[in-house]
Amino acid sequence: MLLVDLLKGFGVTLKHVFRRHVTVEYPEQRRVDAPIFRGRHHQQRYADGLERCVACCLCAAVCPSEAIYVEGAENNPDHPISHGERFAKTYEIHLLRCIFCGFCEEACPEDAIVMGRDWELANDARQKCVINKEDLLTPVAQGFGEYDFNFSNPTVG
Amino acid sequence: MSDFWLYTAIVILKVVIVLAVTVGSVPAMVLAERKVLGWMQVRPGPNRVGPWGLLQTIVDGMKVFFKETVIPSGVERPLYELAPLLVVVPALVVSSVVPFGPIIEVAGVRIRLSVTDLDLGLVFYFAVTSLTVYGVVLAGWSSNNKWSLLGGLRSSAQLVSYEITLALSVVGVLLLCGTFNLREIADQQAGGFWHWNVCRQPVGLVLFFVAGLAENNRLPFDLPEAESELTAGYHTEYSSMRFVMFYMAEYMNVFLTSAVIVTLFLGGFHPPYSFQFGTTPLDGAIGVVWFGMKVGVLVFTYIWIRGTLPRLRYDQLMALGWKVMLPLAFINLFVTAFLIAFERPWWEMGLAGAAMIILTDAVLSQILWRRRRASR
Repeated sequence: MLLVDLLKGFGVTLKHVFRRHVTVEYPEQRRVDAPIFRGRHHQQRYADGLERCVACCLCAAVCPSEAIYVEGAENNPDHPISHGERFAKTYEIHLLRCIFCGFCEEACPEDAIVMGRDWELANDARQKCVINKEDLLTPVAQGFGEYDFNFSNPTVG
Repeated sequence: MSDFWLYTAIVILKVVIVLAVTVGSVPAMVLAERKVLGWMQVRPGPNRVGPWGLLQTIVDGMKVFFKETVIPSGVERPLYELAPLLVVVPALVVSSVVPFGPIIEVAGVRIRLSVTDLDLGLVFYFAVTSLTVYGVVLAGWSSNNKWSLLGGLRSSAQLVSYEITLALSVVGVLLLCGTFNLREIADQQAGGFWHWNVCRQPVGLVLFFVAGLAENNRLPFDLPEAESELTAGYHTEYSSMRFVMFYMAEYMNVFLTSAVIVTLFLGGFHPPYSFQFGTTPLDGAIGVVWFGMKVGVLVFTYIWIRGTLPRLRYDQLMALGWKVMLPLAFINLFVTAFLIAFERPWWEMGLAGAAMIILTDAVLSQILWRRRRASR
């Protein structure tokens, strides 16, 4: 009967009023990211503190949205910054252009650039969305070595 | 002379309070609607601005005050500016005839808890609320926009169609009570739940409520707005405060339709148990509280319906109005008149009403089922 079906529908909506809501109230509550989730990039160092990046520019070449800008320079043999002949003088990623495809990570012969776990990339200015080596490298104070994929860095900018 | 000033002061005070409550009900209802709809969709609803989201609609209202008023070129300026007023003012005026409490005595002065008790209160209600149609048509016509015009015509067709059912559905109540005075109608329902008109006129209540949904452009009859399909109708070209007037009118009409339904069918300010109102302020407070609770339940039902039912198609809207509700209103009127003429007891009227509802349901189910089978 029409009326019975109608009342059943009203019952359904009324029942849901008393359900626990499914919303994750974001700044206070956070969802646990999937272990395979990858967000913005990070640059790696060797355990001795030297940078892995040798400024080969393969990442910039492979990038489909041309979001990476690398400027290489010769290493000073007395104070090398990387293990190769060259190091990245500037390394910038335009996060508004980046599509998070991970090609840069795949192309990198030195495993220098990796996709990290940050996803809170919202910003109030476009300029702040261009991240440089300072944002990409794990600070020396936090130790060297591999990027910790269980760790989530604070927001960029 | 001092009496004159005293009574004038009382009337002005009542007018101010009633207007404040009517206008103030808008943000409260918008918040309640967003909260309840949220819960029905298993989410919390607004909860960021102020404690528990209480300030959300107030802040929204402030924002809208500061928005730019955009007036498109080529509008019929006087009518364009008059139309929102024609929609808002009837809603505000109608609030004056609703009795929200008994007559009380404070320091020897009789105060009736309603702005005025017109002897033709119900006629006044229908006369004034039907002015809304002018606002809708003029808003669509003066906007210099073909789609606004079509939207205005579409909405006015809906309003006019359902107004007939709205008016016819209360004739049964009028036959029972023998008066148009809303306070007398409310007082005749004193003495407990079984004295309420809903026990005598269940069909009248259903028809009035459904027609009220259509009159107030509420879901499932919100074709004038139909945000997911049409991008608004007659009020497309309105912005800022003028748009808010249309918006406010909708919510005030929901509030006032609920108040009138409570007065006509649900015993007005009388509690659902046997209770004799005295004239102390406490009695007045009891009446106001019961009235408020009943209106609150009806407003919740409005929101509940919005959260449950999908929008009708335009032909379904017209078919429901003209082929189902209007005939049902006539049948209800005839049955009521018949039972009153032969002085039958009240429960026979209630049973007849329940039978009418079940019969209509059965017939409609059959028709829809056959139609669906035929189209397969």
